[in-house]
Amino acid sequence: MSVEQVTTRRESAVAGSVSALNNLGYRLQRLPLHLVIIIFCAIWIVPTIGMIINSFRSVGDMGASGWWTTLFPPHGFTFASYNQVLTLEGVTPSILSSVLITIPSTVIQLTIATMGAYAFAWMKFPGKDLFFIVIVGLMVVPIQMTLIPVLQFFQLIHLNGTIMAVWLAHSGYGLPFEVFLLRNYLGGLPREIFESAEVDGAGHAVRFLRIAVPMTIPAIASLTIFVFLGVWNDLLVALTYLGTSTARPFTVVISQLVTSLGGGWQFLTAAAVLQMALPLAVFIFLQRYFVRGITSGSVKG
Amino acid sequence: MGIDQVVAAVVAVVGVPLVLLGYIIVGEQVIERLPESVQGWIRPYFWALPAVGFATIFMVYPLLRTVVISFRNSADTDWIGLANYKYFFTFPDTLTSLRNSLLWLVFYTFFAVFLGLVIAILLDRVRYESLAKIAIFLPVPISAVAASIIWKFMFDYQPPGTPQTGTLNALIGLIGRDPVAWLVNSTTNNAALIFVGIWTAVGFCMVIISASLKAISSEVLEAARIDGANEFEIVRLVVTPLLWPTITVVGTTMLINALKTFDIVYVMTNGAYDTDVIATQMFSQLQHAHYGRAAAVGVVLFVAIVPLLIVNIRRFQQQEEQR
Repeated sequence: MSVEQVTTRRESAVAGSVSALNNLGYRLQRLPLHLVIIIFCAIWIVPTIGMIINSFRSVGDMGASGWWTTLFPPHGFTFASYNQVLTLEGVTPSILSSVLITIPSTVIQLTIATMGAYAFAWMKFPGKDLFFIVIVGLMVVPIQMTLIPVLQFFQLIHLNGTIMAVWLAHSGYGLPFEVFLLRNYLGGLPREIFESAEVDGAGHAVRFLRIAVPMTIPAIASLTIFVFLGVWNDLLVALTYLGTSTARPFTVVISQLVTSLGGGWQFLTAAAVLQMALPLAVFIFLQRYFVRGITSGSVKG
Repeated sequence: MGIDQVVAAVVAVVGVPLVLLGYIIVGEQVIERLPESVQGWIRPYFWALPAVGFATIFMVYPLLRTVVISFRNSADTDWIGLANYKYFFTFPDTLTSLRNSLLWLVFYTFFAVFLGLVIAILLDRVRYESLAKIAIFLPVPISAVAASIIWKFMFDYQPPGTPQTGTLNALIGLIGRDPVAWLVNSTTNNAALIFVGIWTAVGFCMVIISASLKAISSEVLEAARIDGANEFEIVRLVVTPLLWPTITVVGTTMLINALKTFDIVYVMTNGAYDTDVIATQMFSQLQHAHYGRAAAVGVVLFVAIVPLLIVNIRRFQQQEEQR
């Protein structure tokens, strides 16, 4: 897009009269732009669509021809893969397990984080800055650095292989980021509200529960979605602390099936579709909160 | 997965907030009865305790303990000096994982940020921007496990002469090339895995860069146009420098992601055919109960992240000064 073209467009918008020829030229010049965008969009969307289509084909079809052949009759759509996956040993329990891991993990860490964030936002104490710098640092510490001692800790207190272990681990790992984000949000609330409540004799419990928490709901909502999907999609934490336990979640079971099935893994497309159905639904219906949750951490800090 | 686990989950979901509520109300009752001077001293620690306690038990203490374990033998009975590190830096398999992590670090980071920037700038110029953004962002909410299965199909390989089921091999078949075993062939497999990583990350980079792009005043761009700059010059000389702070933030996040990469490699190849990265290497040491070696790998990973950690803290301190 050249300068002339831009000016032409601007002027035409003002004058409202541009020759059809000029307009055509402008459109032609922008054709490569549209083409590049369409190619990018295709690369980012076609693989997912291809796999979803494949999940509705028989394993035999999947191994014999590409998903695109189904776009033309005979389609041969079937739920066979879904039936096969759901009746496979351990799959249905693991979906329930994912739910039972994700919801408590999210609730535990967010309640603890909100309370901690309030202390960092509205209280003064010696060592506060240092504590908080440690929290900022912990946000980027790879959880790999903690796996062995935490695993040994769970073995020691006989929690290894239970969903409680994963709740606690997820909560510990998620806290630094959540405290950081909520403290910034809480700290941005108007000081006058808290001061006038204090003058009226409201203690910290009242100020926290009646003022801070209700006013932080938008941030907590975005964070909830973010944390929820993070735990739902997690592999490493559950793999380490649940491994072969009957309480292992869906992601772990899928990853183990991929390895153990070797050649016959095709019907796992159905498992992948089931696993990503929830994140995609959340993304589609709560898009605004989801994107806000993802961007708030890194843009503003 | 029995009924007791369902009960436990319900108890946790209802109980933990209630317990914390009780902790706050009872604790505050007690604190308010204390002398004024003690109150001011003890209250903040009382409020910060649950969060700080969790962070200490699950992050700070394990971090220090991992450093200690890395100098000890597998049974954790004796000090063995740098033997675990020596193993990491001399054994061919672990060196391969180190090389691959470096590849991830360079290519994943560069392309995720670069494509995120390019796509953000391109989409800024069309009317269907929000629709196209959804397409690019789609892989972000998808788990790495699901993304790996999606791409196993893209990279699927059938012997030459048989119908190709993998999209990529079918496409190169159209231009008359022989199919490639992308995930097995050691010249393509790391690139293939890194590409999957990029595919899942570009949406994140794009959304963040795009948000900053919208904040650039159109007057600045207009002025550049009046001065006779063409669109490429504007992007290179005006837009990119203005976006630089955001690009570094996104870049740091991507560097950290690159070092921590685990899921995609674990699910797609499980480290076979020389695709191991540091994190998968560490996990397999852990599974074989080689705790000392696994810890040493973890420490190497951590040391690599320390500079980024310092950058993050510096940036945080600068933001605090502006508050």
